Amino acid sequence: MDKKELYERYQRQIILPEFGEEGQQKLLRAKVLVIGAGGLSCPVLQYLTAAGTGTIGIVDDDVVALNNLHRQVLYSVGDIGSSKAERARHILHQLNPEIKILPYNERLTVQNALILFDEFDIIIDGTDNFSTRYMINDACVLMNKPLVYGAISQFEGQVSVFNFRQTENDEAVNYRDIFPDPPKEGEVLNCAEAGVLGALPGIIGTMMANETIKLITGIGEPLANQLLTYNALNNQVYQLTLLPRKETRSLIPENEAAFLQMDYVWLCSSQIMQSEIDADTFNGLIANGNVDVIDVREPDEMPVANEFSNIKIPLAQLSKNTSLIKSDTIVAFCRSGNRSLQAVKILSGIFGEGKKVYSLRGGILEWKKQKQTV
Amino acid sequence: MPVNIIIFGRLADIAESSLALENVADTNTLVKELHILYPALADAKYVIAVNKKVVNENTSLTENSIVALLPPFSGG
Repeated sequence: MDKKELYERYQRQIILPEFGEEGQQKLLRAKVLVIGAGGLSCPVLQYLTAAGTGTIGIVDDDVVALNNLHRQVLYSVGDIGSSKAERARHILHQLNPEIKILPYNERLTVQNALILFDEFDIIIDGTDNFSTRYMINDACVLMNKPLVYGAISQFEGQVSVFNFRQTENDEAVNYRDIFPDPPKEGEVLNCAEAGVLGALPGIIGTMMANETIKLITGIGEPLANQLLTYNALNNQVYQLTLLPRKETRSLIPENEAAFLQMDYVWLCSSQIMQSEIDADTFNGLIANGNVDVIDVREPDEMPVANEFSNIKIPLAQLSKNTSLIKSDTIVAFCRSGNRSLQAVKILSGIFGEGKKVYSLRGGILEWKKQKQTV
Repeated sequence: MPVNIIIFGRLADIAESSLALENVADTNTLVKELHILYPALADAKYVIAVNKKVVNENTSLTENSIVALLPPFSGG
């Protein structure tokens, strides 16, 4: 881009005395990795792209669904069914063709996390589950990368900057200094079950973009060692000072080899992990017969599951409709495998040892994906 | 004078989002009292902050202390 056009596009931020041409050059040189391309990440991606962040990586293996559109404002009806990472790249490129956008249409795992993180200066966590959040936190500590964190629950949001020293004497705080261990699956509801107002991830995601720009350009006071909470119902902001914990370091893998051995999914669901089955096991159970498969999604949820016979009982109605279940083996499934784990809890509570209850790991989405690759 | 307590996130489904307790000398006592009032809190995950500072150890409270209980959020 020639200098004239650069000044034209970014003029309104360059004329800020604290920001200036130097701030713009820092942004253009910066490399940030945004994990997740959902509700929080949409505004993060839009503002970082618009501001001229030189390289932006996007990691997400999900596709756009109709019920994403009320909060994931990058996407349109025509994007439904397409890869979020790919669609985001296309849309953001139109917003600012001068920057580099790298889509990674894959799930973040212990195998690819360190390799990916190595290419970027700042990591941004816009994911929607504890397993990935703890994995990202640990990888950032291990690789000494600043982490911009945001999370929401119903009407409230949290924002922080982890693993960043404002001055050399500061001790950097990370997520495990607040919550050393992940909660078990089902102890805390995620968006798919708990509901969220569309504007909330917009607000929190925009704050995350703002924190990222402050980190890159060195202006203002980033939320390092601070946790900001925002309540969308009463507009109350509560900002807490965080302190390092002595035991935190011992919970984080100390090197790459130890990180590769970590099983974050297990960490987050150790109690009920044994009730999860994979696609192969599931197919085997169906082939053998004598199994009741229950779709615990809401009636109109996609994708349609018509490849095997199933009983449709939404999660909220499950405990009242157990008379529909006849077999001694039950498999519950939902979209991505979260609600079906709750279904296992409910059904195990009702039937006790009398029936074997399983949850299809990764839900119908993962099952359909497996089927395609066979 | 009571100690004021603010409850965040879905913990407010279990306990009142704002309440006050008399005669609580420190955070351990406060937690014990809260778990008696709201037994489901004992199973929930949360961190405690006193006067906007997260505390990891038992911390003494005075009559003006404001205690916050924050659960982890995972949504995105």
